[in-house]
Amino acid sequence: MNLTLKVWRQKNSSSEGKMVEYKAEDVSPDMSFLEMLDVLNEKLLKKGEDPIAFDHDCREGICGMCSLFINGRPHGPGEAVTTCQLHMRSFKDGDTVFIEPFRAKGFPIIKDLVIDRGAFDRIIQAGGYVSANTGSAPDANEIPIPKDIAENAFDSAACIGCGACVAACKNASAMLFVSAKVTQLALLPQGQVERKNRVENMVAQMDEEGFGSCTNTGACSAVCPKEIPLDNIATLNREYLKAKATSDNV
Amino acid sequence: MGWFLSALSSSIGRKVIVSLTGLFLILFLIVHASGNFTLLNAGDDKGAAFNAYSEFMGHNPLIQAVAWITKILILVHILQTIYLALVNRKARPVGYKYEKPGQSSGWSSRNMTFLGIIILVFLVLHLKTFWYVVHYGEVPFVNGDPSQGKDYFKLVAVAFSQPWYVALYLIALVGLAFHLWHGFQSAFQTIGWNHPKYTPMIKTIGKILAILIPIGFSTQPIYIYLLTN
Repeated sequence: MNLTLKVWRQKNSSSEGKMVEYKAEDVSPDMSFLEMLDVLNEKLLKKGEDPIAFDHDCREGICGMCSLFINGRPHGPGEAVTTCQLHMRSFKDGDTVFIEPFRAKGFPIIKDLVIDRGAFDRIIQAGGYVSANTGSAPDANEIPIPKDIAENAFDSAACIGCGACVAACKNASAMLFVSAKVTQLALLPQGQVERKNRVENMVAQMDEEGFGSCTNTGACSAVCPKEIPLDNIATLNREYLKAKATSDNV
Repeated sequence: MGWFLSALSSSIGRKVIVSLTGLFLILFLIVHASGNFTLLNAGDDKGAAFNAYSEFMGHNPLIQAVAWITKILILVHILQTIYLALVNRKARPVGYKYEKPGQSSGWSSRNMTFLGIIILVFLVLHLKTFWYVVHYGEVPFVNGDPSQGKDYFKLVAVAFSQPWYVALYLIALVGLAFHLWHGFQSAFQTIGWNHPKYTPMIKTIGKILAILIPIGFSTQPIYIYLLTN
């Protein structure tokens, strides 16, 4: 199949970018989206042109490194899929495909389609962790956790921090991302020690990074490759209000 | 106090303020629409019930206190949403070239500011026609006789006899319907009131209110228009 690609090209964070048109020819429907870009980049290199820079790592849908806003949707068409797991059979011969970086003040562009998602790391550093004793690993199942709670916690733990929620949200809000970690750790006994400080600090850092606020459109959850539920944001709000009202931080 | 102010000025805190004021204003709308149903009696009593109701609302001290609280909360709701809308715009300084937001979210949820502006424009016009005249203008007396009291119904009848004015009301009510369609359940989500037992109920109640409140209000201008023309 042959496609017309319109790709955002931007030399570096301070330069102006623009959409540039490329032809992707003889694309196999079995290729992943990133492989299609790899092939295009090889052609560009042979012609002596600058290849398109894009983020990728595991290509198995679990690392959260790939991004791309494809035809108006983070990670492209399809439910619960990352760009690396998106296959070219999702497109038709002759289609025009728009490829843009995730757009948010909190995700500055480094080059072309590569963005800096360090803001998410700083939010996690602010409280998305649990304290653990050093030394030997604890015995498995030492702390009993009911199955339904373990499963709910795991649903939230599935967040890979790709930032699709921010990219899809009209307010570039990071609340689904923050709510995933807060919900996961609030459900588990290991998360109780820092429970109040965690949510207070993570929300403060989220605001500091310049992400917008949630207006409950639900776009984040609809595009999330890991299907983090929108209910988590209500949990985050509840955790935050409870922490603000009862924590020792005066 | 520092913790309280920092909570209120956080993104979540500001949204909680918008939610709580919004829920209060929905209560206000229900009371306002219910009271004004006295207008629907005008065919029989020439507005006597409405005049008595207006007289009571205008002079009861408790109602007056609630009216002031309502005005303040309307202002808070508007100012907070303007602030949040500006912050949210800044959160994405460069937009997308190709966007299809309809594939992942509902129209009303994405256009709450626009819908709010429609309601605000209506509110200014509405207050100018009624509230301003009652407080700072001249309200005619019933049959021109001061002993029979003020004829608030006359103000309403004159306003709603004009088709363009009725049309404006109906447009604003459509805006209100979409605003409430998203707003009611969204408010509960924001204050963290989310539970598998109650959330489906809240969503249903929100949709019922979003339809019933505007329909309730719309009967009043339509009825008076038909009565006076």
